[in-house]
Amino acid sequence: MTQQNTDPVGADVEPTPVGAATSEVATVPGVATVHTAPVRREALYFARRNKKLLGGLAVVLVFLLLGLLGPLFTGDDPLAYVGPPSASPSGEWLFGTTTFGQDVFAQFVHGLRATFFVGVVAALISGVLGMVIGFTSGYRGGLLDEILNMVTNIVLVLPVLAVLMVVVAYLEVRSLTSQAIIIGLYNWPWVARAVRAQTLSLRAREFVDLAKLSGAPVHRIIFREIAPNMASYLFMVFILLFGGAVLFAATLDFIGLGPTDGTSLGLMLNQAKQWSAMNLGLWWWFIPPGLGITVIVSAMYIMNVGLDEVFNPKLRES
Amino acid sequence: MGRYFGRKLGIYVLTFFVAVTINWIIPRFMPGDPVRTMVSRAGLQDPAGVAAMREYYTNLFGFDLPIWQQYLNFWGELLQGNFGTSLWAYPQPVGSIILAAVPYTLGLLLPAILLSWWAGNKFGAYAARKKVLDNTVLPVWYVLTATPYMWLAILLAWALGKVAGIFPVGRSFSASLQPEWSWLFINDLISHWFLPFLSLFLVMFGGWAIGMRNLVIYELEADYANYLGALGAPQRLVRRYAFRNALLPQVTGLALQLGVIVGGQIVTEIVFDYRGLGYLVLQAINANDLFLLQGIFLFIVIGVLVANFIIDIVYVLVDPRTRVGMSA
Amino acid sequence: MSLRVEDLEVHYRTLRGDVHALDGVTFSVADGEIMGLVGESGSGKTTLGKSLIRMDGRMRHVAGSVTLDGGDLPIGDTAAMNRFRFTDVSIVPQYAMSAMNPTRKIGKMIRELVESRKIRFSTVREELDRRLDLVGLDRGVLDRYPIELSGGMKQRMVMVISTLLNPSLLIADEVTSALDVSTQRAVALALASFRDHELVRSMIVITHDVSLVYQIADTITVMYAGRLAETAPTPVLVSAPKHPYTQLLISSLPEVGIRYDGKRLTGIAGSPPALLDPPPGCRFRDRCPLAFDRCAEQPPFVEIAENHKVACWKATS
Repeated sequence: MTQQNTDPVGADVEPTPVGAATSEVATVPGVATVHTAPVRREALYFARRNKKLLGGLAVVLVFLLLGLLGPLFTGDDPLAYVGPPSASPSGEWLFGTTTFGQDVFAQFVHGLRATFFVGVVAALISGVLGMVIGFTSGYRGGLLDEILNMVTNIVLVLPVLAVLMVVVAYLEVRSLTSQAIIIGLYNWPWVARAVRAQTLSLRAREFVDLAKLSGAPVHRIIFREIAPNMASYLFMVFILLFGGAVLFAATLDFIGLGPTDGTSLGLMLNQAKQWSAMNLGLWWWFIPPGLGITVIVSAMYIMNVGLDEVFNPKLRES
Repeated sequence: MGRYFGRKLGIYVLTFFVAVTINWIIPRFMPGDPVRTMVSRAGLQDPAGVAAMREYYTNLFGFDLPIWQQYLNFWGELLQGNFGTSLWAYPQPVGSIILAAVPYTLGLLLPAILLSWWAGNKFGAYAARKKVLDNTVLPVWYVLTATPYMWLAILLAWALGKVAGIFPVGRSFSASLQPEWSWLFINDLISHWFLPFLSLFLVMFGGWAIGMRNLVIYELEADYANYLGALGAPQRLVRRYAFRNALLPQVTGLALQLGVIVGGQIVTEIVFDYRGLGYLVLQAINANDLFLLQGIFLFIVIGVLVANFIIDIVYVLVDPRTRVGMSA
Repeated sequence: MSLRVEDLEVHYRTLRGDVHALDGVTFSVADGEIMGLVGESGSGKTTLGKSLIRMDGRMRHVAGSVTLDGGDLPIGDTAAMNRFRFTDVSIVPQYAMSAMNPTRKIGKMIRELVESRKIRFSTVREELDRRLDLVGLDRGVLDRYPIELSGGMKQRMVMVISTLLNPSLLIADEVTSALDVSTQRAVALALASFRDHELVRSMIVITHDVSLVYQIADTITVMYAGRLAETAPTPVLVSAPKHPYTQLLISSLPEVGIRYDGKRLTGIAGSPPALLDPPPGCRFRDRCPLAFDRCAEQPPFVEIAENHKVACWKATS
């Protein structure tokens, strides 16, 4: 199946509070309070000093810039035949050329764009979907909970490849957006489970009871009492979703279920495999794209660890 | 407790029905006509012959029946243990095709998953208590989990296979050999197996290690650990308790992973040209072989549900905290 | 046994500097005495309790000494302290509700704990049963998991475990805070009975609830902002406190039989100073209704009557 597209730090299988910072928020009965100003300031104070967070962020930004600005320098068509075939990296061709004489560096920077796009969009979709289902399921409980649980299980059980192959066979032209949507629609179950578990534990807390007694409507309770306490956790969930989406997209592209136009890092690997770059020793064709993905996703994961330290005082190194 | 399991079982059965139905529907939505593929494979020129063949196949596979009847027939045959006949490898029954490929997939994935789980837990727990180790290897594990699997596989194939020449690249065993219980074959099998195994192991290892490390750290800071320390208990005892408690979520994760393995690792099988279930899926899709696809998907669904159910049972037995929720 | 604490200073290391949680504390606990340690949140009472048995990672023993039964207690050296823990000094922690391993049967956990301290479980088995009877717990509780017990039961179970090896000094940290009133009484009485039956020699009962210690303590010590404010035998402290803080504390307690029609309970306005960079002089100065210029200088903790010590210029002048 696909690579372990579940949370590497274990938050999906059991609601381990490792990734959760259920900070105590001072509330006055009847008045919903989000993180008070001092708490936000404190988070920022630590955020600015956390090496992992800053380092990871810097790396991601560098690649993002490369993806945004790079194509301006390398021209519009990364698939054009511009140079001698199978040339090794040199001053002229930073990453060498493919067996067809295409500029690997141009493909790389264009691929970065695609990667970031899919990562962000898919993460948003899965995140929102997972959170909505998780909150509702955890907060409401009862029959609704059971039904949503079953839906979650079914999506987990469906072989994604099967669905994809059908979709792929139907859509003549596949775009980045449709790939992002499909990934988004597949990756949410672990989020729903984790959010549900967190909601369950928060629901039983006193400040929620107080809010209920004061007559606040359900959505207000969820948004102003429960969600802010999980805000830090949700942030980290997004980061993990982004990383997972990037890896998943790369896998899909590699198998050949990716977008039909343009290029992406996964597609580069696909091409490299297909045209025996491995056997021919054209290492500059397959090492950069894989390395790019590895570095970006690693940076995201390390950012995640940094964020955990920022939000959870116990983890900070004193 | 009986009612709890009864209800769980009921939900699983329901999920099974829905999932299998969806799995049945999906291949039928694929464009392309399986009968036409089969007929064209026969290579007949004569139109009358082609028509006759079409009718024969359509009849044989029941494609002329209304959809709902096909669906019911499917369930009927399923309950009798008949998974249908493959179109791609006609006239072999789907069941035997799958069973032939399963050992290769399981033989690759089972050791990789189990070993990476065990090693990941051991090292993760170790890193949780030795700060020095933690600072050096933790980033490595993060990088391992972040590595796109097929890239790592390609790297290994290139470095150890092509450049160093230690291992062969491609196929589950040499084309010149036949599966048999001979030393020659087994040796050959293992040398073909090693790189796919190593690539799977490395990628999964990082994830388990990170998870275990976090869980153990959390447990070591728990109140019971503090209490034991305050009463002078040696770290040995505290660590033992922490490790055992941290294992629980890892066991759940393991079950989930195991459940999915029956689907095969398609990417592995592509990179290494390894002939397992994943390879079958690709062939089935290319040949529009509905029945083979159905059979494989069924396998996957059953595998996942069974693994989940077993895990639910095991968890209840092993973690006393879950039992309280049931009496409520 | 007797405990003697001299000029104890313990700091918490934080990113912004050292918090002076305990700033020169001197007192002693006599053989067979139950001392109540009272103070508001942040006064340092839990830090004091923790320091005497096991400091957590961020605490540092800066100055001062602790002597138990004439021998030095190496509180700054966690490895050296190990041989005193459980056998000489023991603690019923603040988190007693979650102090037991949730995935282990209680009896099994006790056995493993005791054996890890190189004591054969069989030698304490009978005593364990007797203690369970003493606190009113069914012997079958040893076969259960912590989650099957109620809050009060868990509290009593932890008390039994902590006192199993008859420690000379027992530190009871906020043992009744999470309980309902009737269980509070039961637990408090159980504590006192431990001392009465000589299962424990002396006790320090840490709490913010004066009315609790009034019931069972022989002496009460009041802490404020990392320093001792007053210490006296219980009846004296409650009826004739000399430190303004103590006076306000006692007077803010509601009395049985008196109706406060139209009169609100008065607390003490203000809050304790931050201990990151404590202000010079008496720490209660800003909230004290009796403060005058001399208070800019820290008053010493002196004895004004038999076993009655105060740190206040007004009280000693």
